[in-house]
Amino acid sequence: MDMKVKNKLGLKERYAVMTRGLDWETTYQPMDKVFPYDKFEGIKIHDWDKWEDPFRLTMEAYWKYQAEKERKLYAIIDAFNQNNGHLGITDARYINALKIFLTAVTPLEYMAHRGFAHVGRQFRGAGARVACQMQSIDELRHFQTQIHSMSNYNKHYNGFHDFQHMNDRVWYLSVPKSFGEDAFTSGPFEFLTSISFSFEYVLTNLLFVPFISGAAYNGDMAATTFGFSAQSDEARHMTLGLEIIKFMLEQDPDNLPIVQRWIEKWTWRGIRLLSIVAMMTDYMLPKRVMSWKESWELYFEQGVSALFNDLARYGITVPKCWEQAKIEKEHISHQTWATFYQFGAAAAFHTWIPGKEELDWLSEKYPNTFDKYYRPRFEHWAEEAAQGKRFYSKTLPMLCQVCQIPMFFTEPDDPTKICYRETDYNGDKYHTCSDGCKHVFDHEPEKYVQAWLPPHQVFQGNCFNPGVDPTVEGFDPLAALMDYYHVQNGRDNMDFDGSEDQKNFETWRQTAKSNT
Amino acid sequence: MDNVFIIFQTNEETRNIVEAILQDNPEATVNEQPAMVRIDVPGRLTIRRESVEEKMGRDFDLQELHLNLISLGGNINETDDEFSLSWKH
Repeated sequence: MDMKVKNKLGLKERYAVMTRGLDWETTYQPMDKVFPYDKFEGIKIHDWDKWEDPFRLTMEAYWKYQAEKERKLYAIIDAFNQNNGHLGITDARYINALKIFLTAVTPLEYMAHRGFAHVGRQFRGAGARVACQMQSIDELRHFQTQIHSMSNYNKHYNGFHDFQHMNDRVWYLSVPKSFGEDAFTSGPFEFLTSISFSFEYVLTNLLFVPFISGAAYNGDMAATTFGFSAQSDEARHMTLGLEIIKFMLEQDPDNLPIVQRWIEKWTWRGIRLLSIVAMMTDYMLPKRVMSWKESWELYFEQGVSALFNDLARYGITVPKCWEQAKIEKEHISHQTWATFYQFGAAAAFHTWIPGKEELDWLSEKYPNTFDKYYRPRFEHWAEEAAQGKRFYSKTLPMLCQVCQIPMFFTEPDDPTKICYRETDYNGDKYHTCSDGCKHVFDHEPEKYVQAWLPPHQVFQGNCFNPGVDPTVEGFDPLAALMDYYHVQNGRDNMDFDGSEDQKNFETWRQTAKSNT
Repeated sequence: MDNVFIIFQTNEETRNIVEAILQDNPEATVNEQPAMVRIDVPGRLTIRRESVEEKMGRDFDLQELHLNLISLGGNINETDDEFSLSWKH
């Protein structure tokens, strides 16, 4: 027998065979009509075959590994639920971070799923389409696994019951919602720059790495599992983000200014969106791994500067917001938590003043800012609360027209002064929270004047249930608004101290340790 | 030279992978955090299939890395025998 056995194909050949030549050049319809969206943004592509997925994952391998991830995840979730794992967490205050996750992040995963399904159809290059379709399936998986992991908390704790309804209505949830919609309504190349590059590559580590490691440290196996399982896909998404940037820049020098502007815009949009993660990291993990500032330095300043050093050879420069973000890393978590504390009656989760030992930790981690600007504020509120004068703001905050975050950020050079920027457009005045958001607005005012700003809608009477009459005597607008949000007033919102969650957790934990 | 990095979930499989990385990348530093392990290397990090197989005592497909991967930084180059991260081109 001298038959020659052909060796198995190598990884690179396998990838080429499985991702190339599967599409076709159309004959009876022009390609531009079949793929109408991949040119209008001005990005010039000459050779789609230059697209490479660095992981070279084929569909076959994709299904195999994703199935394995799912098996692991659901085995852990079952074990966690069967063993009442929720009673093993450090402190029930932590569960409020999960409420934010479910109402703010999970619907954004679904938005990303839709976005990638859309652009996965719209690129005329087969390699890019395959990568986007895998990511679309991943994002749907993240949405589902997060709901499944957190549904066990919904059986025991308040505030988890109607996350999608809340995401469509609640004032602070318009921040992630509008972010997703902004990306989704841009063209396919901008969508990939926004989600795959700016969000996944530049920023997602800050949510899924230190925060989820913190969840593990606080005994939440459910969140750790869905978080890390999602993040194992994220590593692939990050490489897609880097690939799309390099691909655009290598295809045509005219693409550089467009790509640079998108990087500026979406890095800033992402940084603003992460304010809430900053707050979760510093204030909502009873046991702490690292401060927001430390995470920022490690994952953004250090990790991202290596990335931009690498992209410099294409002419890409570090986004202008870099310096402002460097200043703000010492402020934003405190400013965000202070705002939610004041608006705690209008939120779908509980707030609290950190205990003394926690305040000391913050003082130590933020030596330049915490004692000077924030600790006195929290101590004052704690004192007021102790005297029975807990302050809840009953109004609604003014929002930035672009990021939709309340206007609480301060001037980069003066942390005692709120930062306001404004633009006149078509006879109206539009307010933004920063130079970054103002630049975004000024470049595309037609888009951002259409923003659905929750406080405006409330004041116009669009956010009460049918039949509610705001003109009757003794009308309580906040209570009516909570009804509209499906937030159970007095149960899901306000202080953690004295809440049903707090009492139940203590009682159940006691029964977990003894027979009574 | 900027660091490249890779982060894995902490478990029995990655214990072997991390050992293989440390053996093949003398400049690597390990940082263990709750439920995860992060490895930083200046310039370039290489994971060799053979080294991992030796540690694990079984066949190993480098694409199995996907199962336990949390994050990474650097440009990827992957073949059947080697997975590397670097800032070089």
